[in-house]
Amino acid sequence: MKMSEIEAILKARRLFDTASIEKEVEYAFASDLMSDVLAFALAGALLITGLTNIQIIRTATMLDMTGIVFVRNKRPLEEAVTLAKKLDIPVLLCQMSMFETCGILYKAGLKPCPIVHEESN
Amino acid sequence: MSEPLVLELQVKPLDFLAAGETATQFKETLKSLGLAPEICRRAAVVVYEAEMNIVIHGGGGVMRLQVEEDKVTIMAEDEGPGIENLELAMQEGYSSAPDYIREMGFGAGMGLPNIKRNSDELYIDTAPGKGTKLRAVIYLNKGR
Repeated sequence: MKMSEIEAILKARRLFDTASIEKEVEYAFASDLMSDVLAFALAGALLITGLTNIQIIRTATMLDMTGIVFVRNKRPLEEAVTLAKKLDIPVLLCQMSMFETCGILYKAGLKPCPIVHEESN
Repeated sequence: MSEPLVLELQVKPLDFLAAGETATQFKETLKSLGLAPEICRRAAVVVYEAEMNIVIHGGGGVMRLQVEEDKVTIMAEDEGPGIENLELAMQEGYSSAPDYIREMGFGAGMGLPNIKRNSDELYIDTAPGKGTKLRAVIYLNKGR
């Protein structure tokens, strides 16, 4: 599913225009815990979060995630917006709760990132 | 690549705007060397989590990236308070981070476990009052 289709389904608003909005996404991971994102999100996945600081953009970058949806009508902080623009990561702003956002995207065919725990030694 | 490439950067304490710049720069370096995307991502997570630890707990420190023909080595050194109980710190969910760190999305007790799961080898030398030295190795030709 393209980021632009996600924008339409969620009745979301793009934070800035970028050609990357036409990139395809197959998986998504939703969390307000960035360490959990770093643990479980797949490369290329969509990040769904309600946190707004610059570390959200950095986390997405480390994992080569395709785009970010900010839920609950949250708007990323200015430094986060600047970094997202610089790195050309498409950002969508959505009014819905995380639960509703995830429900809609799941129904539309986005797949969850598997939660894999390492064998403890 | 005969001589190993070494890159060293200082990490400032409690600078949450700059936190992640070291990881970004190290990852760019690895990508520019043409390493596989999966290796770059694993190294980036290791560096980023180690960098956050130095920012949050370590009182600042130094991070070093070393790239050789067969492996990437990441070193993180700080002169902070050290880790009192390393076994506990390695457990998922255990954290000594203050609330304001959690509100930023970190301090969930996944830092060291994340570093471990993305490394092929991990060595941590730490003691209370002695700071922490971390060395993580990722092999380039080891299947996962």
